[in-house]
Amino acid sequence: MPEAPTWDAIRVEEIVAAHAHLEGPLLPILHALQREYGCVPRDAIPVVAKALNLTRAEVYGVVSFYHDFRARPAGRRVVRLCRAEACQSMGGRELAETVLKHFRIDWGETTADSRVTIDPVYCLGLCSVSPAALVDGVPHGKLDMATLIDAVERAP
Amino acid sequence: MTRVFVPLDSAALAVGAEAVVRSLRAEVEKRGLKIEIIRNGSRGMHWLEPLVEVDTARGRVGFGPVKAGDIASLLGGGMLDGREHASCIGVVDQHPWLKRQTRTTFVRAGVIDPLSFDDYAKHEGFKGLRRAREIGSAAALDAIITSGLRGRGGAGFPTGIKWKGAADAKGDRKYIVCNADEGDSGTFADRMVMEGDPFALIEGMAIAAFAVGATKGYVYSRSEYPHANTIFAKALEIARSSELLGHEFDIELRVGAGSYVCGEETALLESLEGKRGQVRAKPPLPVHEGLFGKPTVINNVLSLAAAPWILTYGGEAYAALGHGKSRGTMPIQLAGNVKHAGLFEVPFGITLGELVDDVGGGTASGRPVRAVQCGGPLGAYFPRTLFDTPFDYEAFAARDGLIGHGGIVVFDDTVDMAAQARFAMEFCAIESCGKCTPCRIGSTRGVEVIDRIVKGEKRNENLALLEDLCRTLKLGSLCALGGFTPYPVMSAVKFFPEDFGVR
Repeated sequence: MPEAPTWDAIRVEEIVAAHAHLEGPLLPILHALQREYGCVPRDAIPVVAKALNLTRAEVYGVVSFYHDFRARPAGRRVVRLCRAEACQSMGGRELAETVLKHFRIDWGETTADSRVTIDPVYCLGLCSVSPAALVDGVPHGKLDMATLIDAVERAP
Repeated sequence: MTRVFVPLDSAALAVGAEAVVRSLRAEVEKRGLKIEIIRNGSRGMHWLEPLVEVDTARGRVGFGPVKAGDIASLLGGGMLDGREHASCIGVVDQHPWLKRQTRTTFVRAGVIDPLSFDDYAKHEGFKGLRRAREIGSAAALDAIITSGLRGRGGAGFPTGIKWKGAADAKGDRKYIVCNADEGDSGTFADRMVMEGDPFALIEGMAIAAFAVGATKGYVYSRSEYPHANTIFAKALEIARSSELLGHEFDIELRVGAGSYVCGEETALLESLEGKRGQVRAKPPLPVHEGLFGKPTVINNVLSLAAAPWILTYGGEAYAALGHGKSRGTMPIQLAGNVKHAGLFEVPFGITLGELVDDVGGGTASGRPVRAVQCGGPLGAYFPRTLFDTPFDYEAFAARDGLIGHGGIVVFDDTVDMAAQARFAMEFCAIESCGKCTPCRIGSTRGVEVIDRIVKGEKRNENLALLEDLCRTLKLGSLCALGGFTPYPVMSAVKFFPEDFGVR
């Protein structure tokens, strides 16, 4: 399992301060933390709570509500594979089953060598070129097992 | 210099548009040719993507779908002169699939460089906002009311009435919030606006702000749309140094974090405020107490992006299009297992059968169409027997369906409708915000009941239980997630009972 990167309260305070001028700054702060650390470090929560005058429970409640925020960093390559209806209609279920088996992981898990994480996603707006996935943010459509594996292996 | 267009729409990128551009650059350099590559949005003919267009004397000639490996042979075959080739589709504007459409919202998408301010202005951009400023805020509001425009996010509430509510509301500041949290499977029109014609959305928001007296706008987009967000953020930067945005009105882009329910307007407002995306009870309506308790217009991307055309040509011109109480045009999205998948904008009233069989050309797999889901994951599954339903808010509602955000997902005869019903419940369980018990708990119970039905355990009793559970969800949920999940479930049971083991 990937280790959480080192972080310090001062850097977290800097990130919070950089967003303090926004209205409703919590989500942008959490996104910024995840960009920096690959996750929202559990220990950063009290720092954010204090800066925004919220309780730790309130901040934790928000972090845990949204599917995107991670407790631990993902693997080096993140696949967001669509599970929604348009992809289902083009064999998305079977594709997902095969690819998870190939990497020997379940939804949301990371391979033992920290190489690949496969997250479920419910619609990428690529429903006209389904089945679809984002591999490190790059869209891929009309996928089959070969092209998906290729996209995962080939990405820089 | 010959101008060559290669789309940067995500759907084109997903099928290799970047590789086509790389190959094109390399091949023209090798041949010592000079071309200008313009990255346009998509025309909406996604089965032809990547659709490369060459500007010629007879118009923009299209080639598609083009693979990176085809470029050498295309150039050798005279592509830059627009000469015929196996993948040539002729002059794109004359393509029958485009000619059949009436585009108001998508009039520029795929035509212009989405980040070129001049291109936008040359193609009727800014006319709507300028007109609004000429006639004044009250008359601008009247134009929207006259147009009959209804909320394109799915609820179909009259947009003009909403704007009037916010205009009349008292508040030291007012907001325009654009709901770009396009989470419905089978929909991508919002994404195509943000990627293909972002200034239209900005102009629409500026018109709304002018009409109701708002000073700040937010676009709430999705983390699943990284590419759209990048383009839209650039468009905002450009717009800030133009007449579109300025001291009186500014727009900020915010990105969600993977929650479907945040597409519900009050959950979206909570999320913008930095809270859990939980649904609010209404009243108070957002027009009275919306974002941070201030009067707020919250509209879908397509509702806002329709405003510039309406102001330019007048509310009557928009209202002259359409069917029944559904006025104007609808950007319909054909998705899933359909031969001609893409975006098709027409006035309301076209039948479902015409859309699926004729426009869509049937399934991509070549097998018979068995079911279509209209209106996203909360929309009903319709069998072929309902293909005479006109595309119109009321006509779909009369048959226990919804047009929603205009997405149609096509399934062939290999679909297992019990699995689709189960997925609807599973999805509701995953995405429920947890506020209403029927949605939070009922969805999980629904999955279990469907499993029992499929296994043949007390089938009739469990079918009765499922129906009862669906009634509870429908009546006992605050928002459409719990309230509409029964549509796909019960339509699957009603029209495809054989998949549940019922004889």
